Parts: sequence; C-alpha cells; structure tokens
Amino acid sequence: MSTHAIELETEYGVPTMALHTDIFHNVVQSVRQVKGLAEAPHAFVPQPVMGKSAAQLRAYVDGDDPVTGRPFMQEIIEGLTQDQSATSDGALPRTTPRLCEPANEEELHQTFADNHWTDYLPIILPTEERVADMLAHTAGAADTVVGRMQPTHNRGYWQYDVEKVAVNAVMAGCRPEYFPVVLALASSGVSARGSTSSSAAAMVIINGPVRAEIGLNSGIGAMGPYAHANATIGRAYGLLSQNLQGGSVAGTTFMGSQGNNYTYNSITFAENEERSPWQPLHVQKGFAAEASTVSVFYGLRSNSFCLGLRDYWREHVRDMLLGIEPNTPPVFLLDPITARLFAEREGFDTKEKLIHWAWQNATMPSARYFDLQLIQNYIYPRATFGEEPFAAMLAAGDEELIPMFREAEINIVTVGGEANGYWHIHGAHYRGTFSVDDWR
Amino acid sequence: MNEIKRGTGGDTKLTVLNPVGYPPEIKAKTPAPRLDSLDGKIIYLVDCRFDDSIELLKQVGAWFADNMAGVETRMISLRSTYQIDDPETWKEIAANGDAAIVGVGH
Repeated sequence: MSTHAIELETEYGVPTMALHTDIFHNVVQSVRQVKGLAEAPHAFVPQPVMGKSAAQLRAYVDGDDPVTGRPFMQEIIEGLTQDQSATSDGALPRTTPRLCEPANEEELHQTFADNHWTDYLPIILPTEERVADMLAHTAGAADTVVGRMQPTHNRGYWQYDVEKVAVNAVMAGCRPEYFPVVLALASSGVSARGSTSSSAAAMVIINGPVRAEIGLNSGIGAMGPYAHANATIGRAYGLLSQNLQGGSVAGTTFMGSQGNNYTYNSITFAENEERSPWQPLHVQKGFAAEASTVSVFYGLRSNSFCLGLRDYWREHVRDMLLGIEPNTPPVFLLDPITARLFAEREGFDTKEKLIHWAWQNATMPSARYFDLQLIQNYIYPRATFGEEPFAAMLAAGDEELIPMFREAEINIVTVGGEANGYWHIHGAHYRGTFSVDDWR
Repeated sequence: MNEIKRGTGGDTKLTVLNPVGYPPEIKAKTPAPRLDSLDGKIIYLVDCRFDDSIELLKQVGAWFADNMAGVETRMISLRSTYQIDDPETWKEIAANGDAAIVGVGH
C-alpha cells in the first residue's frame, strides 16, 4: 500500500494517507524508504482486519494507532492537512563492503549470526582463498552482474555479482564444481526467501548432464539429506537469496507468519530422467536434452501424497488435488514406479496428457472457490475487471464446477528410487528454467 | 569439499568476504501540498482488495459521516490485485478528488 500511496502522492499530487496493520510497521518503514518518501503519512490499526466484525473494525477506527498511541482518525486528518517533509536524501549507499573487519574465527561466526547472514546452522567462513576456488569454476568474471532480487513486490531490487554469489556458495558448503548450478539459481532472480506472510518455500529441479557430473541425487532419498550436492546447493540458494536481496529477518524483511521448514533446502533435487517414461522437465520447457538447467518453483505450502494407483485412483487423485490450495497450481512429483503406472497402465504416454486430465478433474463449485481468502485476494479482483478465464469462472452459477487451476500452470516431474510407488502433489508456481551451461 | 579451519579462536585473525548484495538506488520524492481543511472536500477511500480491507475503509467512511459531515467520501476498489499499479484509478482520483486514504497492506 505504501507504494500505491506514494505514487498517488508524488506523481498525481493527491495528499494521501496509507493504512496498515501494526505487525507490518517495520516493513512499512522499509518500503517507504526504498520508494523515496520515508516520511510518507500513514496510520496503523491492530492486526488483523480480516475476519473482524463491523463493530470491531469501528472500534479500531475510534481507537488509537497501536504503534504511536495517538488517536487513529486524528492521525489521518493531520496526515492530509499538515505539511509533510520530503525524504532528506537517497538514504542507503549503493554498495556494501567487500570484506568484513578481520577477526578470529569465533568472532566472525558471531558477526555472521548477529547480522542475520546465516540460517543458524554452521557455515563455512568465506575466506578469500575459498571464494577464489569457487570463482575458478566459472568463466564469469567476479564483477559480472548476475541478477537482482527482492523479498517481495515493491521492496526494491538489490543487485549482485558473481563474487557475491560465490561468497554465499562457500558459506553453504558447496564444492567449487557446483558453482555453475548456484549461479544459474542466482540468475533466476527468484528469491527462495520470499517475505510473504503465507510462508512459501521454493523448489529446485535440476536436469541434464550436470546431474551426474556433480553427483546430484534423483533416486532414493532425492528430496532428503542424502547427497552433498542436493544438500548444499539447496542451502546456497537460500543463503544467497537472503543476503543478496538485502535480508530475510523476521518482522522486517520476512513476514511469514508460521515459517516453512522447506526453506532450509528449498527441496533441491534432480529429475530421474533415466527411469522416467516421459520427456524431462527441461525439454518440456524448450531446452535441448543435453543442456543442463535448473527449474525454479515458488509457493510451496500445500502438499498431499499417496501410494500407487488402485481401482479408484481417479477419485483419489481428485481428492489429493482438492487438498492443494487453488491459488497455487499442482506439481506432481512421481516416483518412477507410479510414473510408469500412469504411462503404461493408464495410457498417459505424455506428461501433457496427464496434465490435461488433472486440469479437467480438479474442479470446485464456483461459490466455494471464490470464497477462499487467497482467491479473494489474488483472483477475484482480476475476475471482476474482466480478465479471462477468471471472469467466466465468476459468471458461473454458485454450484457450477469450475477448474481450480490453469492447465498451462500444472507440472509433472519424475523423482525417486523405486523403493516404492509413493508420490506427492505440491502446490507450487513454475518461475522458469535457467541455463547452467551459461555459467560454466 | 572446503575444509573448516578450526582452532583459530585465539589471536589469529581471518579476512572473509561480506555476503550482502548491493542496495537499490533510491530517488527522494516530494509529497503533495496538504489541504487547508477537509471541510467540503472529497476523499477517496481506496480499497486495495487484500484481506477484506474494504471492510475497514467502510468504517473510516462511517466515521467521517458521523463526525465530519462536510467531508464526502467515495469508495473505490483497485482494478486488479494490490500487486499491480493502477494508473486509471489514480487519474480518476486526481481528477475528481481532493485526497485519498489507501488501505490496508504494507
């Protein structure tokens, strides 16, 4: 809201007050600063607004701003009628020091923890020698800009170069030969430490020859802590996200209400291309089979799982899909045993055919769909202003079944070691596939 | 794998690299002139369509009706989600209103 209020205030000349809930007061301060009007007028009410009665909300309005202790409406009136000061200067410097102040090992570990530069697991200190070893495994120069990242919309993009990525890869414990994969993840610009109050996590799927070259696991335990490359590359993605986007600090640059354990490693694994009956993910996304890539997904929160496919598998899979929050499309993560059941027994000889079936069968009555709060926040506004297919879905009768997802947003990946036919559906948005080879 | 060098907690000082990225450029902006008074003015209540924000704005409108009857409030909802800029709405407010109250989010 600060962004909209500052836009209206400074670009359209309209005196504007922004209203927020108190839990976001640090975030609001940060956004106002980044948007160039640190003193933009604002007022707070208690969190939450959602779910409160009219009488309770009127009490918020009649009461005091919980942050300042001053009458809420008095702040609004003064904010619109009393002169406001402009931001004094550009505030933040555009650089950060290359080196930390020299100190002994114990002190440096404490410094990194105190600055929220770690995930509170032990790190490898990024000495110049270790960072140089990492840099030796890419053709990219240390000062080549890799990308930019922010914790969420309107927080301001921070920028980073190859050396900054290398520092974080060292900290995570990556071997130097993993570095092109880490650079590919950094180049995505997708943060694995998003600030969303929904506590979303990322997921990384690696395809192509690099899987064998660096020992990535696509078999037994691929999504768990059973391979050095999976473990440390996933961790590096998290660390580089929090440090290169300007932080992931609870209450300021991270607002995930409950947090999400997936964020420790961002579920990083290789697709089991060799045992899959289908095209690998990166080929589906337009890369050559011999290319090495990372595919990034974001928004992992909901999850359902099953064993195999039996007589009522259609009904079971529909039930699983109903367990996926409809604002986040499903990703099928299939052990090769189950992938082959779909392909060879049930006739889904391409991923696309199974995706089409899932799209057709994941349905919900319109009224129930549009009543979900996340749909209210992110889909309903688009539907009311005519955006398709949402407008047509909104026009459906209350009991009419409408698709929960868009077909093009559903994905399928084969992973696992055939110890059994267990499989998962995760809700996750596909954010793109990025070349590893560009960073070799 | 990189080897952790332990046992250097004494006087041995290490030089390590800072892991933090480069902050965005910030351009300072100037706020709009304020109103002398709200009496007789039109204030747009801008619903950002997030977590039932319109319900709070309705109560802000009710407060003005009860306590400052000379103020006209007009409710307007963003044309899409709060994540998207909405120049059409901003133009409408600038053309027809005197001030705005935007809520609720960060």
